[in-house]
Amino acid sequence: MAIRKRFSPLPGFGLSLGYTIFYLSVIVLIPLSAVGAKTIGMGWEAFWAAASNPRVVASYELSFGASLLAAAINVVFGLIFAWVLVRYRFPGKGLVDALVDLPFALPTAVAGIALATIYAENGPIGSLLKPHGIEVAYNPNGVLLALVFIGLPFVVRTVQPVLADLEKEVEEAAAGLGASRWQTFVKVILPHVTPALLTGFAMAFARAVGEYGSVIFIAGNVPMVSEITPLMIITKLEQYDYAGATAVASVMLIFSFILLLVINALQGWMQNRYSKGA
Amino acid sequence: MSIAIRNISKHFGAFHALDDVSIDIPSGELVALLGPSGCGKTTLLRIIAGLESADAGRILLEGDDASDRHVRDRNVGFVFQHYALFRHMTVFENVAFGLRVKPRKFRPSENEIRKRVTRLLDLVQLGWLADRYPSQLSGGQRQRIALARALAVEPKVLLLDEPFGALDAKVRKELRRWLRQLHDEIHVTSVFVTHDQEEALEVSDRIVVMNKGGVEQIGSPDQVYDHPATPFVASFLGSVNLFHGRVEDGHLHVGEHALAVGAGQLATEKAVGFVRPHEFDVLPANAPGSGLPGKILRVIAIGPLAQVELLRPDGELLEVAILRDTLSVLGLREGDEVSLRPRNIRVFQNDNERLAA
Repeated sequence: MAIRKRFSPLPGFGLSLGYTIFYLSVIVLIPLSAVGAKTIGMGWEAFWAAASNPRVVASYELSFGASLLAAAINVVFGLIFAWVLVRYRFPGKGLVDALVDLPFALPTAVAGIALATIYAENGPIGSLLKPHGIEVAYNPNGVLLALVFIGLPFVVRTVQPVLADLEKEVEEAAAGLGASRWQTFVKVILPHVTPALLTGFAMAFARAVGEYGSVIFIAGNVPMVSEITPLMIITKLEQYDYAGATAVASVMLIFSFILLLVINALQGWMQNRYSKGA
Repeated sequence: MSIAIRNISKHFGAFHALDDVSIDIPSGELVALLGPSGCGKTTLLRIIAGLESADAGRILLEGDDASDRHVRDRNVGFVFQHYALFRHMTVFENVAFGLRVKPRKFRPSENEIRKRVTRLLDLVQLGWLADRYPSQLSGGQRQRIALARALAVEPKVLLLDEPFGALDAKVRKELRRWLRQLHDEIHVTSVFVTHDQEEALEVSDRIVVMNKGGVEQIGSPDQVYDHPATPFVASFLGSVNLFHGRVEDGHLHVGEHALAVGAGQLATEKAVGFVRPHEFDVLPANAPGSGLPGKILRVIAIGPLAQVELLRPDGELLEVAILRDTLSVLGLREGDEVSLRPRNIRVFQNDNERLAA
C-alpha cells in the first residue's frame, strides 16, 4: 500500500518552522557562535587569564549578585503593583498602568543619568538620604537601584494577566471555608501566580545581567567595587582586546544560560504539576 | 440551622437588586430561590453567606443576628456556579482546605483530616479521583468536589449558587436527583439559586419565587405550581395560555366566548385567565356545550403526551397537551377544528406590569 501524504489541518507548518529556524540562526545563534569561535581561537590559557582576572571576577559577583537581588526585589514589588492594578479601581489608574512601561521605553542612558542626578549626594533624594548614612549613587547600591528600575515592568506585565485570570470566587471560596486573608494569599493566590512570578523573575534577571546604559552612570565604576561585567567587556573592546572581551562575554553567557534553564525547568515542573490534561 | 431573612434591601447604584425581602427558612429544609435573571436571587444568597452586605435589614442564623459577621465566621458552605476549585491543589487537598486553615487548636490531626476527606469523597462518590487535579475532572465531577469541599467544615447552612447552571442537560438531571438524595441523608439546611423552574420543582421542599427584587410567592412545589399567587408565578412556572377578557356572572368572557371560572370570582372589566396546556379537554367541534373553538396547526407527538398547537379565533396561538391515546381516539389531525374546554382556569386582575414577558 502506498504511503499517503498526511495533511495537518494547521496551515503553514513547514514555512513557519523554516522561517523560525532561519531567523533564530541569523539573529541569535550565528552572533553567539561567533563569540564562541573567537573564544576558542584564543586558547585555554589566554581565556583563563582574561576570564579569571580578579577585577573581572569582582564584576561577575556584582553583576550576577545585583541582578538576582534586583529581580527578587522586583518580584515582591511587581506583585504588589500587579495586585493594585488588577484589584482596585482608583483615579489615575490608567496613568499608573502606562507609567509601569516607562522603563521599557526610556533610553537607558537617560534613565541612568536621571537616577544618578537624583540620588547623588547633592541630588533631591540623595541629599535626604545622606544624613542617615545611606549612599546610593556611585557604589553597588546604585547598580542595584538601576537594575530594579529597568526590571520592574517585566514582573508586573507577566503577573498582571495571571492575577486577573484568578476568579474572585476562588478567594471567596477560601474565605467561606474559614481561611484568613493571609492564608488565602499564601495558600491560594501565591501558588496561582508563582509560575508567572518565576517568568517575571527570569526576564528581569536576564535583562539586568545585560544592562549597561542605565547602570554605568550611577555605578561610579570603581574597580573591584562597582564595575559591572558589561562594562568590563566594553573596556576591553576599547583597548582592542577583542579576544578578552569575548572570553568574559562567554562566561557571562554560560552563567546566564544555566540560570535561565534552571528557572525554566522549575517553572515547567510547577505548571505540569497542576495543569495535566488541561 | 434556621435562616431568617428580615427586610433585606440592596442597591447597586440606581438598580434596586433587593427591595425589603423577608423569608423564613426552617431548619433542615432544601429551599430553592427561583426567578428570572436579574431578580436578585444570587444577591440574596450572597448576602446570606456574607459575601455581600445588605444596605438595610438583617440575617438571623438560628435566631442570632449574623448581619455583621464575616463570611469566615458564619459557618456557611457556599457552592459556586463555576465551582471555584483551587486549581493548584489535588481533589484531596481541595476538600481538606477548610480543615487545614483552621486555627491550630481547632485543627484536626493529619490522620483525622485524611479520614474525614476520604469519607466526604465517598459521600460524593468520587474517592477514586482524590489525587487528580481539578483540570482533569468533568464539570459534574468538579461540582461534586466543590460540594464535598463546602461540606468538609460541617457548615450549618449550605448555599448553592446555580450549582448546575454550567452543566449539560443530562448531567444536570442526574446531579439534581443526587443532590436531593444527599440532602435527605445529611439534612443540612440548604438554599439553592436557580432560574430553571423544572429544577426547583423537582429538587426543593419549598420554592421562593422572586421577581424584580421582591418575593412573589413562597410555597411547596405543588402550591406554587397549582395555586400561583400572582400572574407572574403562574406564567413563570411551566408554560401557560393566557386569556384576556372580563369576568361576569362566574364566567370569563373572551370575545364572544365564555369560560366558566366559578361563582366566587369577582366581576371585573379587565381580567386575565391562565390555563396550563394539560388542563384542557379537547372535543370535536360539534360537541354540545360551550367551549373555545380552535384550529389545529401542528401536532408534536413524542412520548406519552402530544403537544398540540392551535389557532384561536382571535388569531393567537394556544398550546395544549393531551394524551396521545386520546389524540388517536379522536382521530385529530392538523387542520381540524376542535372545541376546547379548560378544566381549570386561574383568573387574575389584569395588571400587565406584573406579568412575565
